[in-house]
Amino acid sequence: MIELRNIVKRYNHKGPDGKNAIKTAVNGLSLTIEKGEIFGLLGPNGAGKTTTVRMLTTLTQPSEGEILYDGIPLKGNEGILKRKIGVVPQNLNFDQDLTAGENLELHARLYHLPKEKREKRIKELLDFVELEDVINDSVRKLSGGMKRRLLIARGLIHEPDVLFMDEPTVALDPQVRRRIWELIRQMARKGTTVLLTTHYIEEAAALCDRVAIMKKGSIIELDTPQGFIDHYGHYMAEWEGANGTACRFFSAKEEAEAFVETMTIKANVRPATLEDVFVEITGRREGLDK
Amino acid sequence: MEKINDIMTVFWRDWIVLKHRLTAFIISRMIAPMLYMVAFGWGLGRSIETIPGVSYLDFLVPGILALNSMNISFNSVTPVHAERVYHKSLEEYIVAPIWPPAYVIGKMLAAVLRGLISSLIIVALAFAFGAHVTTSLWFWLVVVVNCGIFAGIGFLASMYLSTYEKMGQINTYVLLPMSFLCGTFFSTRTMPDFLRLVIEALPLTHTSVTLRAISLGQPFEYVSVAILVVYLAVVTVWGCRAFNSLRK
Repeated sequence: MIELRNIVKRYNHKGPDGKNAIKTAVNGLSLTIEKGEIFGLLGPNGAGKTTTVRMLTTLTQPSEGEILYDGIPLKGNEGILKRKIGVVPQNLNFDQDLTAGENLELHARLYHLPKEKREKRIKELLDFVELEDVINDSVRKLSGGMKRRLLIARGLIHEPDVLFMDEPTVALDPQVRRRIWELIRQMARKGTTVLLTTHYIEEAAALCDRVAIMKKGSIIELDTPQGFIDHYGHYMAEWEGANGTACRFFSAKEEAEAFVETMTIKANVRPATLEDVFVEITGRREGLDK
Repeated sequence: MEKINDIMTVFWRDWIVLKHRLTAFIISRMIAPMLYMVAFGWGLGRSIETIPGVSYLDFLVPGILALNSMNISFNSVTPVHAERVYHKSLEEYIVAPIWPPAYVIGKMLAAVLRGLISSLIIVALAFAFGAHVTTSLWFWLVVVVNCGIFAGIGFLASMYLSTYEKMGQINTYVLLPMSFLCGTFFSTRTMPDFLRLVIEALPLTHTSVTLRAISLGQPFEYVSVAILVVYLAVVTVWGCRAFNSLRK
């Protein structure tokens, strides 16, 4: 179980006037993620998702608050807890001078896997992500989809209890994305807790047991994907208003249709999606376009 | 034991990369020393007498070895800058459960290895060019410490500088002046007093002077070796602190 207690992260940065200023990237975040859960962090750009993952993975320290893994504070116990954590970063941050196999071996060595286990895990994982044939190829030569799958293999090599995935399918074609979704589901079935951040709402809807929507460094809503729809409405009426597309949620199709009939302009009724809820909550469609 | 394993893991990565490019590395390391020996040893050096009874080539070789090991070890570590700023692959080490100083020490050891290989090449070339070079355990110890110091300086530059251009400026403003002034091509005794004081405080001067003394069979100053060890300790500790501060 992962617990975040009132986490705050502040950065020094240059303000618009060129003077030094303090930016609060994460503001009083409290959250509990259960063992074996696939948990999604959604939010527009700058919401604090990546900063949250960086704090959870020890890449940066919180300015305030406490992070606990199975009740053990991360601060002061990094050496023990890092062994339980796997990271699949947004950047394809491989060692560019090594082959695919050597990258995995380096990672296995960094996590103190004995030689026999290293060789076994590398074979198993390359098989799992269907990259057995590229073990001796330089990572520079791999396609984007191959690199993403190799990153997942790397993050799993030490059999972590918790896997953090920051935008795991960014810039991938739909076939590769769905293959990676299947890999994530397989990991969760084996008991790995997965926390993923994503811009793709359908990804969160398809994968996550629970989703937190972040905005300006705080969680503004938290529920299951279905819970969001149940709460906001299963259907929505949508029409072109003076300021762009406008919409309204309804719990039943009949209610939505009755509403549309009262309108003087053309409107559509359709089932609501998690993306509709996200837009409703964040009030920003541009966050979805990245 | 785990700490040593962590150091060896970091070293292993650099060894694998070196192994991939060993032939190219050895050939490229021969070019600059050969040019120095031809231009300054055979060419210009024939008309120079720095120490009575000693050829300029014999005088020059320890200086070339000092400056070359400085450059090689510094530049061996500078890819860490790209790993930190551009590729972000340094984050893999920060997230991993390794002893943080292991990263710094492992990188420095790998740079020392490269510096030692290139120093051996220079000694072999020096013999081929007809120079008289005497080496000893002390000689190689000083080479190792010199490599460690400049690997440490390269590591610090990689930690603190924000752009690749700024890394290049270290070469221009720090390494290049030291290459010429620190007793490599001529004795520091010929320098004006104010400049000599500055030059004699720099690590490369102590390396050049000590290596030359050993190579020519003369007594060397143990104080110089002690000063080099202090430099090494300072850059190592500072490097570890810089690596730790990345997380803040």
